[in-house]
This record gives sequence, structure tokens and C-alpha cells, in this order.
Amino acid sequence: MSTHAPRKARAAIVGPGNIGTDLLYKLRRSALVEPRWMVGVDPASEGLRRARELGLRTSHEGVPWLLAQEEKPDLVFEATSAAVHRANAPHYAAHGIPCVDLTPARLGPAVVPAVNLDAGLDAADVNLITCGGQATIPMVAAVSRIVTVPYAEIVASVASPSAGPGTRANIDEFTRTTRWGIEAIGGARRGKAVIILNPAEPPVLMRDTVYCQIPDGTGPETRQAIAASVREMAAAVAAYVPGYRLRGAPQFEPATATAPARVAVLLEVEGAGDFLPPYAGNLDIMTAAATRVGEGFAARITALAGKGAQR
Amino acid sequence: MTPTVMWPDGCDIRVTDSSLRDGSHAKQHRFTAEHVRSVVAALDDAGVPVIEVTHGDGLGGSSFNYGFSHTPEQELIATAVKTATRARIAFLMLPGLGVKDDIRAAADNGAAICRIATHCTEADIADQHFGLAREIGLETVGFLMMAHSVPPETLAAQARRMADAGCQCVYVVDSAGALVLEEVADRVAAMVAALGDDAQVGFHGHENLGLGIANSVLAVRAGARQIDGSTRRFGAGAGNTPVEAFAAVAERLGIRTGIDILKIVDAAEDVVRPVMDEECRLGRLELMMGYAGVYSSFLKHADRWARRYGVSGARILQRAGERKLVGGQEDQLIDIARELAAETSAGSAPSGPAGAGAGVVAGPAPETAAGAAAESVAGAAAGSADGSATRPVARSAAEDVAGRPAD
Repeated sequence: MSTHAPRKARAAIVGPGNIGTDLLYKLRRSALVEPRWMVGVDPASEGLRRARELGLRTSHEGVPWLLAQEEKPDLVFEATSAAVHRANAPHYAAHGIPCVDLTPARLGPAVVPAVNLDAGLDAADVNLITCGGQATIPMVAAVSRIVTVPYAEIVASVASPSAGPGTRANIDEFTRTTRWGIEAIGGARRGKAVIILNPAEPPVLMRDTVYCQIPDGTGPETRQAIAASVREMAAAVAAYVPGYRLRGAPQFEPATATAPARVAVLLEVEGAGDFLPPYAGNLDIMTAAATRVGEGFAARITALAGKGAQR
Repeated sequence: MTPTVMWPDGCDIRVTDSSLRDGSHAKQHRFTAEHVRSVVAALDDAGVPVIEVTHGDGLGGSSFNYGFSHTPEQELIATAVKTATRARIAFLMLPGLGVKDDIRAAADNGAAICRIATHCTEADIADQHFGLAREIGLETVGFLMMAHSVPPETLAAQARRMADAGCQCVYVVDSAGALVLEEVADRVAAMVAALGDDAQVGFHGHENLGLGIANSVLAVRAGARQIDGSTRRFGAGAGNTPVEAFAAVAERLGIRTGIDILKIVDAAEDVVRPVMDEECRLGRLELMMGYAGVYSSFLKHADRWARRYGVSGARILQRAGERKLVGGQEDQLIDIARELAAETSAGSAPSGPAGAGAGVVAGPAPETAAGAAAESVAGAAAGSADGSATRPVARSAAEDVAGRPAD
């Protein structure tokens, strides 16, 4: 650590809704990122008002206002919608500003911080797949780094009030995108994703179950290696999502007449309760992952700035 | 908009047989093309107008979580379509599990009716699926599952949402077999009032409290036009409303179903029964499900994990009720079984895991007596059932579930 605090990367949050606001609270705690701007399109936005009270520069004139400022952000977080992000992305790119995309637009490479953070930081636009993907893909990766996983299947249960109209109108996209992430990042040859909305009151915490097919006759030593890998990965995720927890040890089942051998990893995700309620672990894991990716960008940006200053 | 529902000639109501879909749960998803051929041929000959064929959990249900299909369901659907001469083939899909491509594939295989199921408060996740189904010319049915868990007006509002999305008949789906008589009539009536001429109303019953036929009759009297059943009760939990007996009762009441009683009785005995691994019966666990309001498809899973973890199936179902699990959360039964086993081996009073939070997980057992009773149920699992032992356990779960409609 240097004797003087390094300059933080200055970030803008585009989209002052619930997600953007929760992200703002997390970024305010970051040692590497300073949330400096928040923009939206509604002058009456509660989120903009709140951000203003916290000392951010805000505008309801959106991205055009943001990019017209003399001082440009080092980094943008987009918490709008896929369509809006698709429209905004070229403008960020024109100014060479990297973007952490919390929408389902999937323009750039997908990142699950505990698995492939570095792969995303070379890109201009990083997306975060889905909440279910952020919660479960690390576990698929934890198993697939020990044994071949021909097939992995995840079941994500979330509290009904934590699933907004966008998710509800596009639930197929959740299953398709998560399935893709299980394969491309988790390392399973074939993936499947299921999402369940549970309306129980009081709202239930996010629960995830990750089933990975493992080779028939996987012996005790390999099972122990898988269990250790899972524990290690859970700790790696919990480093940026404090409420990410295993429920018990991985559960192994040998092959039966109707199903191949598998391990099931049971998870629970409790939100930090920054702005969103603690039951909404599915939203918390997205803003926490975005923060982690943003810090990855920030570390690079400030390191480059530091080198430049020395020369 | 008047629904363009294909209606069997001269019938007052339309019966859909679900033995090749709901029965998939009882069969643990091991249907073969030959099973489908024989059952469809018999039901078709008996005049059953609609036959549903899919994995028990709908399109895409073949999985670790719900059980792998013996034969891909799209093959079974194609076989059913080829076999039927009069009956139209329906399939089920659950948004969040199946996807639109699955619907297209089923339509390509000749299925005519797309039945889309959501939990009874989550109808808005099905908009895109109803839209697609109508666009490609399928008739649509909407399933509001676990309908016992919300009051009639909530159900009616959700039914309206489905109708607005393109659903032509919305069902009150008693997934837990928990509704009792007027509770069915009240829900059907509220939905009929909310839908008017825009969509029909249907009822899907289970036998967990032995009320499939009676509930279906009350549904018809309250205005339901479509009724589900399964020949020989072949379905999840204690099974579905038996089609052969319902058709006989309907005939006695002057309700025309178009089903030939003698033929369907023979089909039940000679064709469907041989396909079943065992009769669907109203045993201890099945009754518990109806009493406590637990999703019927959890039965075989609870039974499996009870044996695997050496814990009581009744306790698994009780805790499933306490946690207010909904259809699709079969994975959580593993968590419950694991937790019960850990509690038993810890030798202490059952308690929720630390930090589970939000009151989601049951804390200590509702009362000491209930805990003790449950242990005795576990002890008696393989032997004779002592009904009195389960009662206090069940009541606590039932109260928990019954608390929902009021809030």
C-alpha cells in the first residue's frame, strides 16, 4: 500500500431505480470506486433525489448530459434495460469508457467474478448474465475443475416481490441465458436452468440448487476433492456477496436406473440489505458482482493513471 | 372475444384426461411410446375429447430435479397425435422451466392445446407463452396452481391476467388436493364473474381429501366448462379425479360429457391399470398433503428422500408446508431431508439453521408433542400407520397454510 490513498476510479450509475440505488450504496463503501454521477430520465425520480442528497451529481437528462460534462467518468454502470443499454453502449465506447452492464443485453463478455473476472476486464462492456447465473455458475465451475461435468442443472427460487416486470415478461431469457452461462463459464457440456417464483409472506430468501452430473463410480477421494472445491468457491463468492452460503455439505447420489451419478449443491443468498430488502439476495448478488467487476476495472484504470503520472 | 374452443358435439362440459401427464408423476416419468399408444387408443375410443401428454412437470421437465423421462416427451406427444382419431392432444408447460421453443416443437408434433401453468399468484410470467401459443394457432388453457392458497378474488384477478394474455380457459388447479366443496365453487364462481365471455373456467382436482368428483360437480354447478381427471386416478398424490367415475356421476346428474361409460370403465381396468406401477391410493402421506396443502407432485420425491436420509416422509411434507414451497421446488425437499437428518443425528430438539432468517425456515418444532408424534411416525414409517400420531403435526402445517388466504 502506498502512503497516500490512490485516486479512486470515478463512476457513473445510469438508471436510478432500485438496482441502481442498491449499487450506489455498495459503491459508496468501495475503496477503489467513487460513485460520482447518477443519471436517469425522470425529473421526479426518487433515486436521483436520494443520490443528490448523498452528494452525487445527478441529471434526468440521461447519458447525453453525462457525456457532455467536462469531466468524464472512468467507468459506467448501466442499470436500465437491455434496449436502453443497447442504445447507450456505443456512446460509452466512443469515449472509451468501460461499462458494467446489469441488464440482460449481453453485448460484451459475461463475467462471474469468482470464476472469470480477468477475462472480462479486457473488454469495453461486461455483462453479468443473470442473478441465477451469478449464484450457481461458480458451483458448476467448482465441480467441473475437479471432474468432467457432462450436464449441469440449476434451480433458482426467488421471492415474488424481488422479480420485477422485466424479469416476468422475459422469463424465457432468464432460462436461456443462465443455461448458456452454465455451459460457457461453468464448464458443463450441457446446461439447464429453472426459475421458480415463490410468493410466501414474509418473502423467502433466494435459494439455489446446483445439480452436476459426475462420472459414475466417482470415489471417496474425488468426492472429497469436489466438496473442498465447492467450499473454496463458496468462500470466494462470499468475499463479495457476504450473504452467500452453502446449506450443508454437497449431497452425492450414485447412479440409479433412471439418473446418472450427481452431486447437488444447496445454496442460500441473503442480501446485504443496502437498499433492497435482505430477502432479495438475487438482486444483491447482481449489484455485488457489478461492484466487484467495477473494482477490477478501477484497479486497472488507477494503476495506468499512476504509471502515467510517474513518467 | 368469444373463445374459439373446439367443443365436442352435444356436450355440456369438456373433459380432459391427464393420466398421461399427471400420471407421469406416479409413473416417475417412465412412460414409453407403447404405454401412450395403448392408453390414447382406449380413451379415444371411449370418447374422451382431450388427452394431455407430457412429462409430469410439463415440457422440459425431464431433469435431475423432477426426474428424467424414459422416452422424450415430444416423441410421446407425436405418438399420441398419431394414435388419436377423435381426441385432441394437449400438453402442459410451466414458464421458468419450459421455454417457447418447447411449445413450438409440441405444435410441430401435432398437439392442439397448450396448457400453461403458473403458481396462482404469478400469472404474469406466462404472457409471452400465451401470446406465442395463440400466434401459432394452438388453443390455450391456463393453470393457476395451488389455488387453495389464495382467496377467490385474488384467483379471479390472476385469471383475468391470463385471459388478457390470450388464455381461452383458466383452471382452478387444486394441486394440493386441499380444496373442500364450497371452496371450489367460490373460486370458480369468482373466476366466471371476472372472465365473462372472454374465457371459460376449468377445474383440476386431486383426491388427497377424497373429494375429486364432488369438487368437480360443484365446479360445474358454479359455471366451470372444462374438467380434468385421470382415468383410474392415475396422477400425483392420491391421484386425480377418476374420469370413469366422474363421467358416470355426470351422466346421472344429466351433465353430458360425451364419454361412453362402459368403454371408459373397461379402459380404466384393462388398459390404464396395467400401465400403472401401483394404484393411486389415499394413504397417510397423500392425506397429509391435502390436509396441509402441499403440492401433490412432492409425494414421490418426499418418499424417496425420506428413505435415502432415514427421516419421516410426513415430516418432510410438513416442513414443505411450513416453508410454503410452491410447485417446482422439489430441490428443497432434499434440503429439508438433509436438515431433518442432521437434527436427528444431533440428537437435539429440531431447530432451524442459524442465520436462515426471515422466518422462512420453521424454527423449533411447533410443539413438543408434535415433534414426538413425528418421531413416532418416522418409527412407524414401514409399519402400520397410526393416524392419531400424524394429526398434531399436520394441524400445525395446515394452520400455517390456512393462514395465507386471510392475510
